[in-house]
Amino acid sequence: MLSFILRRLAVAIPTMLILIVISFVLMFAAPGGPFNNDRPLPPEVLANIEARYGLDQPYIVQMTTYVWKVVTQFDFGPSFKYRDQTVNDIIRSGFPVTLVYGFWSFVVAVTVGVSLGVLAALKQNTWIDYLAVGVTVGAQVLPNFVMAPILVLVFTLWLGWLPGGGWNGGQWQYLVMPVIALSTSYMASIARIMRSSMLETLNAGFIRTARAKGLPMRRILWRHAMKPASLPMISYLGPAFVYMITGSVIIDVYFSTGGIGQYFVNSALSRDYSVIMGITILVGALTIGFNLLVDILYAWIDPKIRL
Amino acid sequence: MLLEVQDLKVTFTTGDGPVNAVNGVSFGIDTGQTLAIVGESGSGKSQTAYAAMGLLARNGTATGNVRFDGRDLLHLSQNDLNKVRAQEIAMIFQDPMTSLNPYLRISEQMAEVLTLHKGMSKRDAVTEAVKMLDAVRIPDARARITMYPHEFSGGMRQRIMIAMALLCRPRLLIADEPTTALDVTVQAQIMQLLGDIRRDFGTAIVLITHDLGVVAGFCDRTMVMYGGQVMEEGTTEDVFARPVHPYTVGLLRAVPRLDRDDGELQTIAGEPPDMSRLPAGCPFSPRCSIAKPRCEGTRPTLVHMSDFMGQDRRRACHADLSEVA
Repeated sequence: MLSFILRRLAVAIPTMLILIVISFVLMFAAPGGPFNNDRPLPPEVLANIEARYGLDQPYIVQMTTYVWKVVTQFDFGPSFKYRDQTVNDIIRSGFPVTLVYGFWSFVVAVTVGVSLGVLAALKQNTWIDYLAVGVTVGAQVLPNFVMAPILVLVFTLWLGWLPGGGWNGGQWQYLVMPVIALSTSYMASIARIMRSSMLETLNAGFIRTARAKGLPMRRILWRHAMKPASLPMISYLGPAFVYMITGSVIIDVYFSTGGIGQYFVNSALSRDYSVIMGITILVGALTIGFNLLVDILYAWIDPKIRL
Repeated sequence: MLLEVQDLKVTFTTGDGPVNAVNGVSFGIDTGQTLAIVGESGSGKSQTAYAAMGLLARNGTATGNVRFDGRDLLHLSQNDLNKVRAQEIAMIFQDPMTSLNPYLRISEQMAEVLTLHKGMSKRDAVTEAVKMLDAVRIPDARARITMYPHEFSGGMRQRIMIAMALLCRPRLLIADEPTTALDVTVQAQIMQLLGDIRRDFGTAIVLITHDLGVVAGFCDRTMVMYGGQVMEEGTTEDVFARPVHPYTVGLLRAVPRLDRDDGELQTIAGEPPDMSRLPAGCPFSPRCSIAKPRCEGTRPTLVHMSDFMGQDRRRACHADLSEVA
């Protein structure tokens, strides 16, 4: 187990390096730069600014300096766009926000999704199943950029129950709508994965054995069926959790939450190189971390997998 | 009678219409007796057993009468049925690779039967399970009980299944093709084990198989099924020595023999019937060499042949006895 984790972490290092190199190359390959405005700066001024940020160096030097600073000092450098903020500042202010509403979205998506999926499988081909499938299909086709304004319309403008945006330290009133808007489509995917894998599991020979042993349905479900039926969902949850906690630009824009998703898109649009890199590395590291966690969970559930 | 089945019918609702897997099967088994149900794949022999245990797939319904020790199994509440299962009727299945839960230790899978049905503590249940594993000759059972199914061979897994089925000392064991998925040598060991169990525990056994060789030395009575119906039934000795149904004759001819030179191995021409479109008459008539127009039109009923060789025989065939075999 320990050697497996160490090996995986060892593989993570070159993976991260490749991620950094590719992001760097793509960023510089795209035309334009952080200081190309509608009104061009005088060439002397531009040269001065670029020298200040090290942009006059060859790419390879820029990249090496960047990686060196990240690895040794955990310093992602200054933002090119927001002159008085470093990338670390941006992550420090935005990531806790997305972490909070992402985590709750994850909790809601898993709880509701698993319940709906299992219920639909147990009541296959009854109205409960059709209703659950209908709800999940509806939830999956409704994009969150449609859902967010509808939520604001209903709960803020019509009913006046919830604030239409803001964060306010993550009080629950400010959390409800972002969590609903973000979790809905994940909930739908989880429900559909869970339904089909539970149906498959319930047809397995060992479930027939459990029934022949005279076990009550509740015990069959929890003790015998839940573990194997949740395996496909778990491999989906690793990346899904990372997407949720790194936020969504739609959520951040509609609800003015100040999360990191907004910065990610803005930085790409304004060529804020260091912010793009910082957030890319954060997402990459989280993805590697949670995939590792999924593998460990798998081995814990399935005794045939030895790490 | 320990188990008495009367006019059992099983129908599956499918997208292509109803499929009649079992069409009016009747039989009985006494305490301590062994009954073989033989027939080709799709003859309804397994579904007969599943229906009796209430283990049909969700789209299946069973009608008729299944009495176990006076109780009507088809109309028991789920709770009462669960008490009968495992405590009084246990079942083992064809493929020991899939019928044990790969995600749970053997100890957990065996102990839960006893903690649930007998109210034992976990520790006592495991001790009892180890004893039962010893009884089915799993070497080093005490140490191996904490292993997972994939750490055992196919034959060992079937032994574990048998041990698990016997934990509550059921009065009836239904063995659905228990040796089909195993090597020939392992098959013999498992049959030997089932024989010992019948002797030591007095368990009645219903053995479902398509392998007549397995039946021959083991069962008191043999029932031959085809197209979801009983073709004939009698003592195993009689059925093998003097089959009274053309289908049984065909089956026996298709068994390879080492003690006789029969030349080429015989087969029964044609295909097993499509259960969603059974012929109006005898289901075997399309493949029967002595079929008459009457066989295609009316279904023969299963009748007792009261005085045949002084034994209790039943058969469902229009043909004269002299024409058969």
